[in-house]
This record gives sequence, C-alpha cells and structure tokens, in this order.
Amino acid sequence: MQALPAGAAPAPQRQMLVGVSLAVVAMIMITGSMLAVWSLQRTRAIDEIGSWLPDGVTIPEVATNVMLLAFVGICVFAQWAVYSAKRADHGHATFALASTAFVAVLVINAQAFVYQEMGLGISDGTYAAMFYGVTGLFMVLMIIGVVFSAVTAFRYMGGRVHDHEIVAAHAIYWYATAAVFAAIWFVVYVTK
Amino acid sequence: MTTIETSPEVAAATSSDADSGRFLASVADWLTSTDHKRIGRLYLAGGLLGLLDAVAISALLAVELLDNEGFVLDSGALPQLLDAQRIALIFGSLLPLAVAMCVAFVPIQLGAKAIAFPRLATTGFWMWFGGLILAGVALINDGGTLGFDSDMVDLFIVSLGLMAIGVTATAGSVATSILTTRAPGMTMRRVPPFTWSALVFSIGIFLVMPVFVGTLVYLFLDHRNARTGFGGNTGIFDWAGWLVTQPASFLFAIPAIGVLVEILPITFKKRMPARGLMFTGIALIGVAAFGAVTQQNLQNLPWSGSQLSGDDIEQKVRDLVPYSTFNLLPVLGMLVVMVIGLVIARPRRGMRVNVTAGFVLSFFGFGMIFVGMLGTVFYAIDDLGLQGTVFEGATLISIVYGAALAVMGAVAHWAPKLWGRTINATALLVLALLGMTGAVLAVFPHYISGFLGQEAGPIYSDGDLLAWNILVLVGHSLFLLTVVVFIVLTIMSTMGHDDDLGDDPWDAQTLEWMTTSPAPKDNYAELFVVHSPEPLLDLKESTTTADRSQA
Repeated sequence: MQALPAGAAPAPQRQMLVGVSLAVVAMIMITGSMLAVWSLQRTRAIDEIGSWLPDGVTIPEVATNVMLLAFVGICVFAQWAVYSAKRADHGHATFALASTAFVAVLVINAQAFVYQEMGLGISDGTYAAMFYGVTGLFMVLMIIGVVFSAVTAFRYMGGRVHDHEIVAAHAIYWYATAAVFAAIWFVVYVTK
Repeated sequence: MTTIETSPEVAAATSSDADSGRFLASVADWLTSTDHKRIGRLYLAGGLLGLLDAVAISALLAVELLDNEGFVLDSGALPQLLDAQRIALIFGSLLPLAVAMCVAFVPIQLGAKAIAFPRLATTGFWMWFGGLILAGVALINDGGTLGFDSDMVDLFIVSLGLMAIGVTATAGSVATSILTTRAPGMTMRRVPPFTWSALVFSIGIFLVMPVFVGTLVYLFLDHRNARTGFGGNTGIFDWAGWLVTQPASFLFAIPAIGVLVEILPITFKKRMPARGLMFTGIALIGVAAFGAVTQQNLQNLPWSGSQLSGDDIEQKVRDLVPYSTFNLLPVLGMLVVMVIGLVIARPRRGMRVNVTAGFVLSFFGFGMIFVGMLGTVFYAIDDLGLQGTVFEGATLISIVYGAALAVMGAVAHWAPKLWGRTINATALLVLALLGMTGAVLAVFPHYISGFLGQEAGPIYSDGDLLAWNILVLVGHSLFLLTVVVFIVLTIMSTMGHDDDLGDDPWDAQTLEWMTTSPAPKDNYAELFVVHSPEPLLDLKESTTTADRSQA
C-alpha cells in the first residue's frame, strides 16, 4: 500500500492553553452550581424561618473586600508575567510569577482570618455546612493556583524560557479564579 | 582459567527470580502506562467487569420481582442492591466503557502519536477505579442512599465524587487531544464521526460532572455534620440522583452512537454524505447535558387533565420548552443520524456491502439507545401516569444495554489496532443476536407493565403482571450470558494466534487503518497530511486509478 505524504513537524499544539481552558470551564460550572444551590437554600430558609445567616454570626466585610481587591493585583501580576515572558525579560517574568503566588497566599491567609472571625462551627446547621463547602472549594482553587504559579516560575527559572504558553495558561487560570471569587463575594459575603 | 559452574538448582532459582521480576515489571508497566491504548484497555476491562456486575444485580432484582407480595431476597439488602444497580449501570459500566472507547481509539483516529496529558488520563482511571471499589465497600457495609451506617454513607458520597473527578480528568485528556493533536490538514470538519462524538461527550462531561461534584460537596458536609438542609442520606438521591437517570445517560451514550456512525460508511463502501448535518445530529444529542445540569430528575409535562385544551397556554408553553429541549432535541439528533444512515445504506447498482460483527452489534446498540430515548419522551408526560412505575428503570436499562452492545461492536471493529487480532466473527454475530434478544426482553416487558401500572420496587399490587417480570428475568439472564461470552471471546482473542488479515481488515477509510496492527506504542512512524475526511479511501482510489492507467 502506498503511504500518504509525510507532514512537516507539528505546529505548536497549545495543549496547556486548551487544558487550562477546560479546567476553567469545570471551575465555573462547579462554583456556579454550588452558588445556585446556595441561593435556593437561602430562599427556602428565609421563607421558612425569616433569616439565612445564623444569629450572632457577623461576616468581616473588610477582609472579604480586601480579598476581592487583591485579585486585581493577582490578575495584574499574572498578565505582567505574560508580557515579560513574551519579551524574554526573565527577571521581570519570574518576579511577576512570584508576586502572583505571594498575593494568592495573602488571600488564603485572609480567608483563614474570615473563618476565625466568624467563629462558625461546621456542624452549626445548613448555613455553616454550605459556607464551608463554597469557601472550602475556593481555598482548594487558591492552593492549586499557588502550586501552578510555583511550577510555572520554577520551569521558567530552570531555563524553559521559551515556554510562553504555560505562562499564558497560568494567567487564564487566575482570571477565572478572580471571576469565581467575585461571584462568591457577591452571593456569600454581600447578599448574605 | 577459572570455571564457574552454576548448579541446576541455582540456575532454576535465578531464572525463576528473573521471570517474576519481568512479570512484576510488566504489571507495573501496565498500571502506570501512559500509552493511550493501554489506558483504554484498562478502562475497558474495568467497564466490562462493572457491566457484568450491573447485569448480575439487575438479574437479581428481577428475581425479586417473581414474588409480588413478599421478598425473595433478603429485604435488608434490597436498598443497597437498588443503589448498586444504578451506580453499576452508570458509573460502573456506561461511563467507563464510553471513556474506554474514547481513550483507546480517538488519538489513533486523529493521526496523533499520543494522547494529550497521558498522566492525567492514567490518574483519572485510577481515581475512577478506586472510587468504584470504595462504592462497593460502602454498599456492602450498609452505606448508600438508604443505608444506616453513617460513615459508610459518607464513604459512598466520597466514592461518587472520586469516580466523577476521575472520569472528568480522562475526558479532559480526550477533549484536549481532539482540539490540539489532529494530523495536519485534519480540520474539525474532517475528523472521523466517532472522534466527533467523543468530543461532544467529553465537553458534556466537563459541563455535567463539576455540577455533580459540587452537589456532592454539600451533601457530604451536610450529612457529616448538620443533616438539616439536604435530607440526610435519603436526600442524596433527591439532590444527586439526576446523574444516574435520563437525560444524563443520553450524554454518556453518545460515543456508542458514534461507533455506528463510524462503521456505517465502511459497511456500505461509501463516503459519508451531509457530514455537517450528521455532526449536528450528534451534537443535538449532547443537549442532554444541559438537561442534566438543571439538576432535575425529570423535565416533564405536568398538564394533568387539561391535555390539548386551550386553557392556560402560557404555563403550557413554559412546560413545553424544557420538555422539548431536553427530551425531544436528543431524539431529533438521533433521527438526523438515522436519516443520513439510511442515505448511506440506500441500495445502488453494483454496491458492495461488508456486514461485520462490529456493524451488527453497534446497529443493535443504536436501536436500544433510541428505544430508551423514546421511552423517556413518554415517561415525562404526566398524563400517561408512568412516573413511579418500572418504566423509568427500563429506559435506563435500554440505554445502558444498548451502549454496551455498541461498545462490543467497537471492540470487535478496532481490536486489530489494540492487540493485533480480530475476535471470532461468527461467534460475535450469534452473540449480537443473543444480546439483542436479552436487551429487548429486559426492557419491553417493563415498558408494557409500566403502562399497566406496575409500581417501581420489589412490591407491586397486580399479580397478573408476573408474566412480564419473568420475561424481564429471562432478558437480564440472556444479557448476562452475552457479557460473559463476550469477555471470554475477547480474552481468547488477545491470547490467540495472529490472524493474517493485514493492517486494514475491513477495507476502511480513516487514518487509523494506515498504521500496523497492532498499532505501535507511538501509533505512527511519521506524521501524515490529510486532504479529506477519508484519507485512506483517497489513497486507495488514487492507487486504483494509477494502476488502471498503467494497465
């Protein structure tokens, strides 16, 4: 049998971008569904007992607002990394990636502060279980993001400076996480 | 000169150690493999065992129906058996078998040397498999949606989450492969139909499974702690049961539909007409994903009593839109596939037809899936009074058994690329008839008794329905025999002697038949450029033309 003509070397495949985009779809779906169930349970609770937030529980709004503002920084740093990587500015790219991870750790710290201030036990009813469900998922996303930033930075520092795709994928991840937190912030911390 | 003499005992021991070392290395190589064909075979093996489990449990539950007033089996075990049936049908067989086909066959159809993110695909398999084992452990120890052991109920929820995440991870590998590793010249319009169905399935999984996992997070935390908002363990099915019924199961059956669409043009020796329309038909079935993520078990028509009168038109339209979207659109997709299939099969002068076991099995499978979808269309109409009857269970059985038959067809079709040998065609054709008979008997009697009002569950009021339930038991038993024989035939094929059928035993059209049988670890020695959806057919035709002009 004859063979088809052999092709040239494969083009850049952008697997990381596509893979992260799919992960972002999953992230949006899971958060969206959890917030939808949250809204449903909130409506039911208000209809039945008149309130959703348990008595005596106060949300530290300063901390949650600062977390939202911190995501502006995270997105700027992530985009700075993309900008620098495209211009082969290794120093700035590495610094931007490290800064992204650092601010993300600050957000995790702020979320821990929110937990401590609210003093809500996970067994204290439906609100508590759902609150820790939503925010716990967010913490998991943050930790994955920090690991992603660290891996990207180490790959970059290790000499894979032409691998811009992972830096762009890293930025997409953080944009999506920012959108996810904005939704959580509005539904859980503002609407209450 | 020094001579070192090795005693026969020492030599034998050394040889034995080496053999066991080689065996262990081989096992480790399989378990940690990043070769998509091996990952696909692992999924296939797990899925076939899960299918065996699902059919056996279904047969047991059919035995229970032989006594309409009492219990044949231990009544305490029935809740776990009912859970086990649903979980085995969806998570144990339908999902892993669909993923198995996608992982094993899609990269090679794309002309790719490997699957994207192979370690993710392997990790996905082990998460799914671990979850399946844990689900079994939880159910055996009084867990599940109606279990009394609280820790085992928690374990059951975790196991569902593990399986869902595992399948999603592997689907991510499949979708990324299709989007990024196609051979040069293979546009999305030129991908083989099975690959297209795999893409629709994979993206659907990404839309559906996260919603399911998010719900499980709430269910776990609530059940573990407060148990106030979600109804405890009995609430698990209320909140998460939508994944183990329709229309979610339509989505999981899409690759099985793709198998028939793939084999049709090969059988009738034609190029596929209206390719874009065929792809649209397959994608329409994927609309079922959106029905699933609305988290309702039923998009029904609650027009009780008012039927086709002009009363309350606005409410009727509101009911009709979700009903049509999630129940009728997938059926419309199936109809599109069927019409184009009929166009392909339309007789013409001099037409050669090559009916293989793969075609027959996938054709029967497609038919049963369609029967299941049609059943759901009727089930959702309140005025028919089918809700709460055995009808719903029969629709799910129809879809899963249909998909299982199609998977058997896929394995028969692509076996040469996986392990270099075909499966006995005559035996498979007999098996196809046996399996189809079993599936029909397992489904249609419950469709009928559903219309006659047989309640779902082990107790039903009308003893005259016994005859239908005996037929259902016969059906499940025949299907169980089909699965067992298919597994035996497959094992015999993998261990048998090489059959000299060449690299293209079915006179096929797509890229995967250009590589050797079995395909090497990296699939292709070189990268091919394709210029049409049927590159191999192009090549054959150009070769024939060249030969004629030389003659």
